[in-house]
Amino acid sequence: MYEGFFSGRVITNLFADNAALGIAAVVMTLVILSGGIDLSVGSMLGFTTILIAVLVQQKGMHPLSAIAIALGIGTVFGAFMGFLIHRYDLPPFLVTLGGMFLARGMAFVISKESLGIENAFYNHMADFGIPLGGKAALSATALIYLLLFALGIVVTHFTPFGRNIYALGGSEPSARLMGVPIGSTKIAVYALSGFGAALAGAVSTFYTTSGNPTTGGGFELDVIASVVIGGTLLTGGVGTQLGTLAGVLIFGTIHSALDFDGRLNSYWLRIAIGGLLLIFILFQRFLTRTSALTR
Amino acid sequence: MNDPLAKIKPWFQGVSLFWPVLGLGLLLIFNAVFSPSFFHLEIRDGHLYGTLVDILNQGSKVMLLAIGMTLVIATGGVDLSVGSLMAIAGAVAAMLVMKISFAMAVAISLGLATVAGTCNGLLIGYAGIQPIIATLILMVAGRGLAMLLTGGQIITFEHPSFVFLGNGHFLGLPFTVTIVAIVLCFTLVATRKTAIGLFLESVGDNEKAARYCGINAALVKVMVYAYSGLCAGIAGLIATSNIKAADSSRVGEFMELDAIFAVVVGGTPLTGGRFSLVGSVIGALLIQTLTITMYNLGVAPAVSPVPKAIVIVAVCLMQSARFRAQILGWFGKRRIAA
Repeated sequence: MYEGFFSGRVITNLFADNAALGIAAVVMTLVILSGGIDLSVGSMLGFTTILIAVLVQQKGMHPLSAIAIALGIGTVFGAFMGFLIHRYDLPPFLVTLGGMFLARGMAFVISKESLGIENAFYNHMADFGIPLGGKAALSATALIYLLLFALGIVVTHFTPFGRNIYALGGSEPSARLMGVPIGSTKIAVYALSGFGAALAGAVSTFYTTSGNPTTGGGFELDVIASVVIGGTLLTGGVGTQLGTLAGVLIFGTIHSALDFDGRLNSYWLRIAIGGLLLIFILFQRFLTRTSALTR
Repeated sequence: MNDPLAKIKPWFQGVSLFWPVLGLGLLLIFNAVFSPSFFHLEIRDGHLYGTLVDILNQGSKVMLLAIGMTLVIATGGVDLSVGSLMAIAGAVAAMLVMKISFAMAVAISLGLATVAGTCNGLLIGYAGIQPIIATLILMVAGRGLAMLLTGGQIITFEHPSFVFLGNGHFLGLPFTVTIVAIVLCFTLVATRKTAIGLFLESVGDNEKAARYCGINAALVKVMVYAYSGLCAGIAGLIATSNIKAADSSRVGEFMELDAIFAVVVGGTPLTGGRFSLVGSVIGALLIQTLTITMYNLGVAPAVSPVPKAIVIVAVCLMQSARFRAQILGWFGKRRIAA
């Protein structure tokens, strides 16, 4: 329909433009597989972007150490939410909702306005690209996404930790009886989710070379939608990282198609995503009709 | 009654209005101490003005959403789409009100919101989709539809009746208070004086058991989501009337979270079962009071999510059996030591 849509450039851009979404989706897949949900990733992303921007611009810190601090805060933040969820048996929905408000508020405490990042390291990162022939080149953000995705596949599908997550999401009581370390698995999953959200924030600072406390509003829903479109069941225990990649790419392709068309507005994106979600979920429902998903 | 804790124990258990009322009371006392003008009320042109009236007026939207949300949560579900439904109802009403009669415009927009809520209910009740996901679809697509309707523009209107809805006064109080009172009374009567309330609680408590008792669980669910849609529609009309314009991209944004928050603070657990409509309304007032307190203290509106987050987590902890046991354990030890 659109000329030049399937050029290498568009494909690599698909990865570069959706790197933040993809990174958050990799870890969200783990959270949802474990039977939980994390609503705080969007706010955490916004918090991270402004934190890094302030540390680099106003405190004169090296970007790498600023990012390391941000990743540390994200991990601790996620681990704390995981602790509350596990120790006090609280609903993940509410705890991470609290986390969402907290992170958003803290972002504004750091700075109320967006802040551009001017730094040699950032310029270097923006120029970085592995040429793939033609006009296509793999940018740093796309590279980080692909690395994390590969790591995600290994962790999810080839480690005991990954199997514990599946067991936990399949049935918590059974997992407990089987001797799966419920507490540490849950806390680790939310800690990873916090880490992923912070990494997504760091990647989006590379992409925009700025920090903005308002970024990431509604981002968590995009992430959850991508994961669900990718076939992961929200009840937990069923899903794959590869599916999530497909979900992210579908999401990104709709974005690009709307950009190519030019006539269509952002509200068509929302309608398309909603419609896709509906189709995929009804389809999933149809496939899993026989298994007793209704509690 | 040898147990010295027997008296305080009930406060920690079940749905009780004690905690939300205590929270609201503490906030009001805090305000009374730190901003003396907080309780100041005056009558101007026969209307009551003051901070307390503002809380009632501005809290009306969350109160309405919370009433519908309480019933949804009582069945063990959750409705994320209310913010988008507000946008749809507001957009439709703003577009129609200049063309057809006011009553028709209101009826059509509320009807649409109810139909959209019914769709949620059908997906959840009959297709068996998880409530979070089913309503997430409408939350994402609904706002897109509302923006499509208005062409992404902010639609303004001049219509005395419609403006009155969100800005008028009735019996000296803002008209919105009357609307909330009517909806609350109707819902209370419908759930407490008929068997509907019992049906909701049994579906939320144990759906299977309810079904075996002959309760049409799917139909009950369709009804609560439709009702939640209707409440969202009314809230959307008020929000649109407040600013005399339909701003589809902003109206009701994040309000679903406030509504869920109000319900949970009000003592209705997210797991379903018992519910308290009055508790939810008090929870909504608590949020609004919290917000206005922040403004009074000069805290930037952007930072206001922080105290909200703290209250959410505190309330969650209060509802957690393990946390209560831990706290009671501390109290018990102290008693024994003394």
